[in-house]
Amino acid sequence: MTAPGGAATRPDLALASRDAGLRGWSPQRMWSVAGAVVLVALVWGFYAWDGAQTTAVLGGTVRAATLLVLGAMCGMIGERSGIVNIGIEGQFLMSAFTAFTVASMSGSLFLGVVAGVSTGLAMGWMLAAMSVGLRTDQIIAGTVLNIAALGLTSFFYDRGRSLGQPKYQSIELGPLADLPVVGTALFNRPPLTYLALVLVVVLHVLLLRSVWGMRTTAIGEHPGAAATVGIDVIRLRYWNVTLAGGLAGLGGAYLALESVGTFTRAMSGGRGFLALAVMIFGRRTPLGAYAAALFFGFTTALQGQFQLNDTFDIPAQFVGMLPFVVTIIVVAAAGLFGRMRDPAALGQPYEVR
Amino acid sequence: MAAAAETVVSQAEPEVLLAGHGITKRFGPVVANDDVSVELRPGRILALLGENGAGKSTLVNVLFGLHRPDAGQVVIADENVELSSPHDAIARGVGMVHQHFQLVPPMSVVRNIVLGAEPRKLGMIDVAQARRRVMDLADRFGLHVDPDAAVEDLPVGAQQRVEILKALYRDARVLIADEPTAVLTPQETDHLLGVLRGLTAQGVGIVFITHKLREVMAAADDIVVLREGKVVGTTTPAQTSEAALAELMVGRAVDLHGDRFESGATGVGSAVSTTAAPSDEAPIAEAGERPVVLDIAGLCTDDDRGQRAVDELSLTVRAGEIVGVAGVEGNGQRELVEAITGLRHATAGTVSISDRDASGARPRQVTVIGVGHIPEDRAKHGLIGSYSVADNSVLNRYFKRPFAAGGMLRRDRIDSHARDVVATFDVRTPDVESPADSLSGGNKQKLIVGREFSDEIDLLIAAQPTRGIDIGAIEFIWRRIRERRDEGTAVLLVSAELDEVLALSDRVAVMYEGRIVATVDPRSATREEIGLLMAGAAPGAAGGS
Repeated sequence: MTAPGGAATRPDLALASRDAGLRGWSPQRMWSVAGAVVLVALVWGFYAWDGAQTTAVLGGTVRAATLLVLGAMCGMIGERSGIVNIGIEGQFLMSAFTAFTVASMSGSLFLGVVAGVSTGLAMGWMLAAMSVGLRTDQIIAGTVLNIAALGLTSFFYDRGRSLGQPKYQSIELGPLADLPVVGTALFNRPPLTYLALVLVVVLHVLLLRSVWGMRTTAIGEHPGAAATVGIDVIRLRYWNVTLAGGLAGLGGAYLALESVGTFTRAMSGGRGFLALAVMIFGRRTPLGAYAAALFFGFTTALQGQFQLNDTFDIPAQFVGMLPFVVTIIVVAAAGLFGRMRDPAALGQPYEVR
Repeated sequence: MAAAAETVVSQAEPEVLLAGHGITKRFGPVVANDDVSVELRPGRILALLGENGAGKSTLVNVLFGLHRPDAGQVVIADENVELSSPHDAIARGVGMVHQHFQLVPPMSVVRNIVLGAEPRKLGMIDVAQARRRVMDLADRFGLHVDPDAAVEDLPVGAQQRVEILKALYRDARVLIADEPTAVLTPQETDHLLGVLRGLTAQGVGIVFITHKLREVMAAADDIVVLREGKVVGTTTPAQTSEAALAELMVGRAVDLHGDRFESGATGVGSAVSTTAAPSDEAPIAEAGERPVVLDIAGLCTDDDRGQRAVDELSLTVRAGEIVGVAGVEGNGQRELVEAITGLRHATAGTVSISDRDASGARPRQVTVIGVGHIPEDRAKHGLIGSYSVADNSVLNRYFKRPFAAGGMLRRDRIDSHARDVVATFDVRTPDVESPADSLSGGNKQKLIVGREFSDEIDLLIAAQPTRGIDIGAIEFIWRRIRERRDEGTAVLLVSAELDEVLALSDRVAVMYEGRIVATVDPRSATREEIGLLMAGAAPGAAGGS
């Protein structure tokens, strides 16, 4: 069973299982740390060179990353449980629509967020019903969500409607906001961004340390084994996929009420799919996903800044391709050093014997 | 240790730990268990013996709450119980050591053991407590494992100890072990039997499912033999013999070991009895003059995870000899077979078949130059389950005359060929149009053997040719392989069953970590020596003992 000479390890699980702390650093870890150091040095350099523009790019980075990491966390809870969720795009869009509509009609942003999260939960439940309950092909189930969301939101889209009030505004976190470089980018943000950051940390601890997280891993790796020790695989998958939908719902609300401040047709713009790439990059851990989301967010923000400044004398559409070109390059490069193993039961419906 | 033993004794000792009375279980028209009664008492090992399909697994699944019996009563600790799921059985102190380990490979040993019954602190796993409890159990029962290792990094024997610890962690008084020795080396098997014996000393009762007679005779206190869903014998090792048990199991006299060389009356080693002195080397010398058919030199290949699986392996097989590759599964045997048959890319080395270079040949080319292949996984690689028996009977040759002409299949010829195969190889099927999936394991395997044998072949690669099939079919396939050998075909046999390797081979090559560590003569080597080699002992150490 076990081949001699070592086995492919999953760093996230190894970390989780070896509670004695860090052991030897893996090449991946060394690369990540080296990359982070270079990045910090670069950012610092640019900040010294042009503070205002660097702050703008960093702010844009965090803004784009928040949506991505919420989607990625939705995806990773599902995938760790063994369920592929490619319906995040649809969950974003539908939640953005209801969040915007409810906020606009009620005049309360908070009610809008509640509506968005509820919509995400409902769509998560629908995905669970299809892929866990009815054992539909998971790719098809996710596609159904995406198409339904696009169709429904386009049909009910009301061009004349506006939010009728300002979107969520930034809140300064006291002296932290005055820190150089990262002060504005991280500590002078609107409320949902802070909430997302807290969720990243909380979910990270829960997934790697809690009983729930361990059971979730078990049903995604070997549901049969989990079932023999009394874990209700179907029930836990239902719960996980449904609750994860709430995170995507929060992402939708964030998009409509905090990031953009209105709803437009197909406004999720493929970022639900990008969130899946972020999830895989982040090795299905929330902190890892946030780092990946910041990276993708950075390319998005940079591209925006280039367009604003007319840095390159080429059509804007080409500059706009930057995040996607970088995605392709990075995904290809990531394949070169250390591929990550998927949960063993990913995509496989579980049937009670 | 003393304190632990006391706790066991201080509990009220039930007279019967686990029993089934008159258990009947039907699946559709099939009666899997027919009025079966068994009884396990504290401190005893009950062996359930029977062929595949005899109803052993059904019986324990009923006792463990996986199946509901149609009739009969399950008793746990002197109480009549109705089990609606395994959790009811677990809650009453019945634990199962599954044949396919129910472990989560990337998780640590401790986490696997406590999964589902975790000590917790504020919703988090109380790692310190979990670890301490696992270590206590391991010490108490002498089941040593590294608590922090990931299960996937452990050898199979250690994984099995984790399975046992998992049951004991849930306070099992009864352990049901389903074919626990199937994946172990002889040494690991001995160790396991010792562990089980140690458990009985602490009052645990064990139900031990197997089809290996030697283990039953060595380890069991009570033996129940099942055949076709019925109890055909209840006995003890003292009152019976291996031969008598085999006859009970199969329902007629069988001879698996005695004809090791007898059937080769015209072949290699015809003059050599099993007791011949090693000095009688005549047949070996004779074999030396036969042409080399398979010549592997310095072969290297990687497994699916990119780890080196076959490591500069060299091996030759001559015409008219069976070379058996013995080894614990996962030591590169699968990758070796795949590399020879063109299913896997070799990273270095050469393979030549009948003096033709077959390195890097595609599977079709390997087939065409006269190689028959009985693949390890018959359902996955041997047959196409949804295709008919007829189509499966020509999978290796459908593109050639007489089965195809001008790009069209000749149905009549395929069907008549299939009927030949079915008749000659005793494949039990209603007709050749039935899907291959509808056949039993033994008949599937006979169909594959029939297909591979009905063409001219110089070399036969047989990987696990009798895995999971009944003794009757095993006998049949063994006889056919010997016949082929006697007709001059070179045979490379790869099997995890040491008994099979010993029974069939003219030479035994022992494989360990991707290399052939020794080649021994099955007539002079003992099981123990080969077992040590399989476990990685240096050849000198094994020979010297």
